Amino acid sequence: MELQFRHDVDKVLEDAKEQQKAVLLDFSAAPM
Amino acid sequence: MWPDERVARFVAENFMPARVHVKDDAAAFQKYGEKYAAQWTPTILELDSEGVERHRIEGFLPVDDFLAQLMLGLAKIHFQEQKWGDAQKMFRRVYEELPETDAAPEALYWVGVARYKESGDPTALKETARAFSARYTDSSWAKKASVWT
Repeated sequence: MELQFRHDVDKVLEDAKEQQKAVLLDFSAAPM
Repeated sequence: MWPDERVARFVAENFMPARVHVKDDAAAFQKYGEKYAAQWTPTILELDSEGVERHRIEGFLPVDDFLAQLMLGLAKIHFQEQKWGDAQKMFRRVYEELPETDAAPEALYWVGVARYKESGDPTALKETARAFSARYTDSSWAKKASVWT
């Protein structure tokens, strides 16, 4: 199973509020 | 951490995962780094549905410790939302499934607080203090719970 990270953080925060869902925000330096 | 099946499943089931990369998303990294005071990688924030930070993981951790921290953070989100049953369930998962991790004694402490918040019965705190006499005796959380005896 591969996690799909989104990069549109503002939209993620908006969607999370609408859907009452928690957000995991990863500040990363790992190779993409 | 992320390729681990348990971690990936836990995140997918419980969070909307988002990432800002220090080089590939430099502008976003700066913007959200300032907003959430994240100045180092890896930094993983667990935010509630209002975008408020409820838990922070800084630096690399082995998989079990990382998963335990993710569970602890989700439990704290439930706690802040006063979902006492959900909070207790998730705090318990930390020390029942990953008892050797650093997060486990913290989870044991907070499950006692969540029980007390739900019931108003101080017995929950006394029982938690007693539980610390049998495990995690050298942890700072055992010291914090000692006042409940």
